[in-house]
Amino acid sequence: MSGDQKACAGISRRDFVTGAAVTLASVGAGAAALAPLMDAEEIPTADEFIQKHYRRLTPADKKEIFARLEREIEKQYGKKATICDPKPIDGVEFAYVLNIGRCIGCRRCVYACMKENNQSRDPQIQYIRVMKLKKGSVDLETSVHDYPPEEAADPNYFYMPVQCQQCRNPPCVKVCPVKATWKEKDGIIVIDYNWCIGCRYCEAACPYHARRFNWSKPGLSSEDLNPDMGYLSNRPRYMGVMEKCTFCLHRTREGRYPACLEVCPTGARKFGNLRDPDSEVRKILENERVYVLKQDLGTLPKFYYVFAK
Amino acid sequence: MIQFFVHGFISTFRGSRTYWLWVTFLLAVSLIGLNAWARQLAHGLATSGMGDEVSWGMYIANFVFLVGMAAAAVMMVIPAYIFKDREMHKIVVLSELFAVAAMVMCILFVTVDLGRPDRIWHMVPRLGYFNWPGSMLTWDVLVLNGYLLLNLYVCFYVLYSRFHGRKPKPALYIPVVFLAIGWAFSIHTTTAFLFQGLGGRPFWNSGLIAPRFLASAFAAGPSFMILVFLFLRKSGAITFNDQVIGRIRVIITVSLLINIFFAGSELFAEFYSDSKHVVHFSHLFGLHGESLLAPWIWTALGLNVAAAILLLSPARRNQGVLIVACMMIIVGIWTEKGLGFVIPAFIPTTLGDFVQYVPSVNELLVCVGVWAFGLLVYTLMLKGAIPIINREE
Repeated sequence: MSGDQKACAGISRRDFVTGAAVTLASVGAGAAALAPLMDAEEIPTADEFIQKHYRRLTPADKKEIFARLEREIEKQYGKKATICDPKPIDGVEFAYVLNIGRCIGCRRCVYACMKENNQSRDPQIQYIRVMKLKKGSVDLETSVHDYPPEEAADPNYFYMPVQCQQCRNPPCVKVCPVKATWKEKDGIIVIDYNWCIGCRYCEAACPYHARRFNWSKPGLSSEDLNPDMGYLSNRPRYMGVMEKCTFCLHRTREGRYPACLEVCPTGARKFGNLRDPDSEVRKILENERVYVLKQDLGTLPKFYYVFAK
Repeated sequence: MIQFFVHGFISTFRGSRTYWLWVTFLLAVSLIGLNAWARQLAHGLATSGMGDEVSWGMYIANFVFLVGMAAAAVMMVIPAYIFKDREMHKIVVLSELFAVAAMVMCILFVTVDLGRPDRIWHMVPRLGYFNWPGSMLTWDVLVLNGYLLLNLYVCFYVLYSRFHGRKPKPALYIPVVFLAIGWAFSIHTTTAFLFQGLGGRPFWNSGLIAPRFLASAFAAGPSFMILVFLFLRKSGAITFNDQVIGRIRVIITVSLLINIFFAGSELFAEFYSDSKHVVHFSHLFGLHGESLLAPWIWTALGLNVAAAILLLSPARRNQGVLIVACMMIIVGIWTEKGLGFVIPAFIPTTLGDFVQYVPSVNELLVCVGVWAFGLLVYTLMLKGAIPIINREE
């Protein structure tokens, strides 16, 4: 007790003035240091800030949020957009088969995907990466993905597009600390862009380089904006969150094909319901020699590769 | 209790010219870091050198290193509390305070790495949506914050009792000290599990990562504490005899040798089997095409081995030599665990692409800022605590 009194009495005028001056100067300098926040490119609104996880939203919440997002999109892009939220269909599990024998590496799928899914054009975000491989091996380390367009369709090489493999045992979902990414009933791995905290653990965990991060504010012009949007798929993304291929769920859950399949000029891409015994994908899986990428990791992809005519 | 904090607060305003220069310097650098972080928040993580290929960089590297530094406090706590080393007991609280400061830096390094720090509340159990026990990152949040609280409690209780001229009641803090000893191992183990559990990253997917983390931490952390202790003794702030330094030196030497042994064991398995996965190691060491990492890892290995030789030579008893060896270990292990551990797992990418990573200036400023802030916190805590430690019992 007496010790403190001594200590308190011991503050000299000089100490006090110095202390006050230092404190004031630090507060001022702190404010100055934060000045760059004044030109922040994206500031979350209060509604966005308190928004709950997608799976905890009531139908009424969703209605309100979708309407709000549509308003915001119209304001930002000057274009009317609709946000749908199709549910997984009972008895449907999607699978993709890619015929390497037919792929010519033209990258039409890469660009159709971008157009459909409203990815940032500047910087460019692509979900599909086409690997150009020497015949005789599937060695990824000697592959190239940045070959110029005129080097497509070279008979001495084969081409292997890689995108999200929609694993049955997805490492990205397991590691997410906030359950911002999960596997839907039809097997599609989705992300809640309003819940992701941007830690990029999923990007480190994914063995297929399928996930993309918005390192800056997505740059998308209103001409490029696709107004038919799904909440869990191609609606515009925020700065600082992850995104990925969703097998175009806003199309495929309504009976259409993914954009990458529709554009493919060689018919190398096949898509369908794994649980339907008459589906095209089932026929291929039962009759052709298929393989999956990095089978040893036990991720159990639903994206199959096949060497066929 | 208010008196206790007021006393500590006032103590931080008393100091020599050097002290003021040091504090002003740290404050200025912290503010430069804050400024850089504000720029990153405004324009996104594109202001860093990271990308979709190398998606974790300097922030996570520093985080990993500092978790180790925090855990290493245990190497001073064990001699003090389990082996009842009286001299060590005098200064053990300084290591526990460093654990607190290191924990603060860890949390800041994770925060600056987030794309959306405004959503950090999603990580709060119940309020958010906590993926526990599935995600190792949720475990890490729990153990790191727990370790911070345990150390804060022990430091606070011991200092507070002393402040009132009382002997701390063993029942009120010894169980917490023992819990903190176990907990220290858990923080670095969990942080290792964060990496070693990823099957898609063969460079990390090794059961040796956790033991390596602990060994390297127990070399680098006590090295840093030796420097702090010697500096404080020289400046007349604290007194202790040379036995303490000798004891910590033995801990550092053993840990360093174990660390080198572990690293060697891992390198043998990779290079001898010469499987596909060795490519990350060959790239790291510059044996597979151009590598920006190679000069760093060779330097780190060189520093570790040279420090081990110094610590085994008779010159180890010379204080100057010891200081040099400690500095070599800190720099060597920082490099080994940062650039040599976090980044090579991303090169080549999972699709075989060799993309190099160079941190941006803004990113480096944020890093330096977090370090300065952590050291500032530590300096101020020391300044508040030392007068209490020096009171007669």
